[in-house]
Amino acid sequence: MTPDAAAAPAVWAPQIDYSAIAVCVFFFGLVTVMGFIAARWRKPETLAHIDEWGLGGRNFGTWITWFLVGGDFYTAYTVIAVPALVYAVGAYGFFALPYTIIVYPFVFLVMPKLWQRAKDMGYVTAADVVHGKYDSRALELVVAITGVVATMPYIALQLIGMEAVIKALGLSGMSVGPIHNFPLTIAFLILALYTYSSGLRAPALIAFVKDIMIYIVVIVAVIIVPMKLGGYGAVFGAAQNDFAAAGKGGLTLGGNQVVAYATLALGSALAAFMYPHTLTGIFAANSGDTIRKNAVLLPAYTLLLGLIAMLGYMGHAAGLKLANNNDVVPALFSTLFPGWFAGFAFAAIGIGALVPAAVMSIGAANLFTRNFWKAYVNPSVTPAGEASVAKITSLVVKVGALLVILYMPTQFALDLQLLGGIWILQTLPALVFGLYTNWFRAPGLLAGWLVGFIGGTWMSWANGLKPLQALPFGGPTGTTVYIGLIALALNIVVALLVNAVTPKRAAVSA
Amino acid sequence: MDRRKSRIALWLLLIPYIGLLWVPFYNFLEPRLFGFPFFYWYQLAFVPITALLTWFAYRSVRDDA
Repeated sequence: MTPDAAAAPAVWAPQIDYSAIAVCVFFFGLVTVMGFIAARWRKPETLAHIDEWGLGGRNFGTWITWFLVGGDFYTAYTVIAVPALVYAVGAYGFFALPYTIIVYPFVFLVMPKLWQRAKDMGYVTAADVVHGKYDSRALELVVAITGVVATMPYIALQLIGMEAVIKALGLSGMSVGPIHNFPLTIAFLILALYTYSSGLRAPALIAFVKDIMIYIVVIVAVIIVPMKLGGYGAVFGAAQNDFAAAGKGGLTLGGNQVVAYATLALGSALAAFMYPHTLTGIFAANSGDTIRKNAVLLPAYTLLLGLIAMLGYMGHAAGLKLANNNDVVPALFSTLFPGWFAGFAFAAIGIGALVPAAVMSIGAANLFTRNFWKAYVNPSVTPAGEASVAKITSLVVKVGALLVILYMPTQFALDLQLLGGIWILQTLPALVFGLYTNWFRAPGLLAGWLVGFIGGTWMSWANGLKPLQALPFGGPTGTTVYIGLIALALNIVVALLVNAVTPKRAAVSA
Repeated sequence: MDRRKSRIALWLLLIPYIGLLWVPFYNFLEPRLFGFPFFYWYQLAFVPITALLTWFAYRSVRDDA
């Protein structure tokens, strides 16, 4: 059964729909008010302490952590980009599904230990943990810099997610004076202000609204859309026909995609909780038990992600013609649903960008404050002083990301984000190994990081800024492997070798 | 003795890694379920399976320090 919509429609172009805009503006207003009220939510004695501003008082229980980490890890960009990739290439785009499944046993085993270390010693960032363990300013600095550099483009991607929504509302060309993209700029400045005043409490509170909205949107979409399009069999069938006609993509993986799929999933899963924003969510929990419970409960979001990915195939079944693959989700909603529900969906995605962007800027600000400002500028800074440095840094970080999106080519942010994933993975040995063994020392880990960082960057560059490298084994064309994982292997080998040959100093233990 | 039991439960957490990272286990279309090719429902099924296995592991370490 083929729907009428497949009768050669024109390329999808957004149109202004006032009911959609009204719904969007309403929800954006709601979360703005919540963002400012959040400063009084679970009110501490003072917000002028980095534990309060930057970690919400390390006091979030199971449900708040679930909403916060879920809202922070499954970002707006995911909702736009995963279906876009599935729409374009099919099965390969689904690597996000195994990735976000196998990440949780890792979280279950590792993160409660990391949380305990941070809690006991009063650490706020990954680089704090590394400095405490190895007593090396150099290692601390590279972990902090890697974190900030990997996070910046990630924030920019959230802006791309918001831009997709603003475009779908028909408002993208709106400039006021020298300010391009006026709605995006306003939305982001408001976000910056309430993050400044409320800290991590703002995204934690907004995450409730965002996540509930996203669940509603996706559940409605995965029930209603296949009903309109003739069922899931028809959805997969339409996608298969389109892939066959295009001679590209498919419902299962091609031969050279198999290893790439598995290594991308594994590498991404290991990298996911090395990022400052995910670690901020972890450190803000009130106990290791809360984190373990969340490892059991967070896969609910993964189910959601799997269904969101399916929207890419629904785009084929709906016969959408798109100028840009990133339009597939907005086009699907505005084609198949009434304006108000499309507006609700767009609001969910747009707010879905605010939560991670806030947590990311807080994570980056914590790193700057603890591992640069306190380490090099003012070692005797008070916790209140740390909070004010972090607040201002969070503003700078967000404005920086906004300028990148407004004035640089989008591809720049995408390339950096890709490299950021490879880079952040190289901090894993320094951060995680020390939780289990005292054998490693700073010189080995530093050498490993350097080789992984440079090696990974070089391989990616040599492949035209792609995440995959062909290795010369397993068949005539070689085996295509995720570069982040190759770089991590080099990193670990170098760390082991250097550690084995450098002399032991008097062991410094944390 | 309880300690040993908890170690065994932690080994369960290897199952999702094996089941999902060895792609030849599931890289085909048949059998379908509710219109979903095997590739898709197999991976989606691993979401509740992994949550359940993690819950078993959780129960076994909950009483540890």
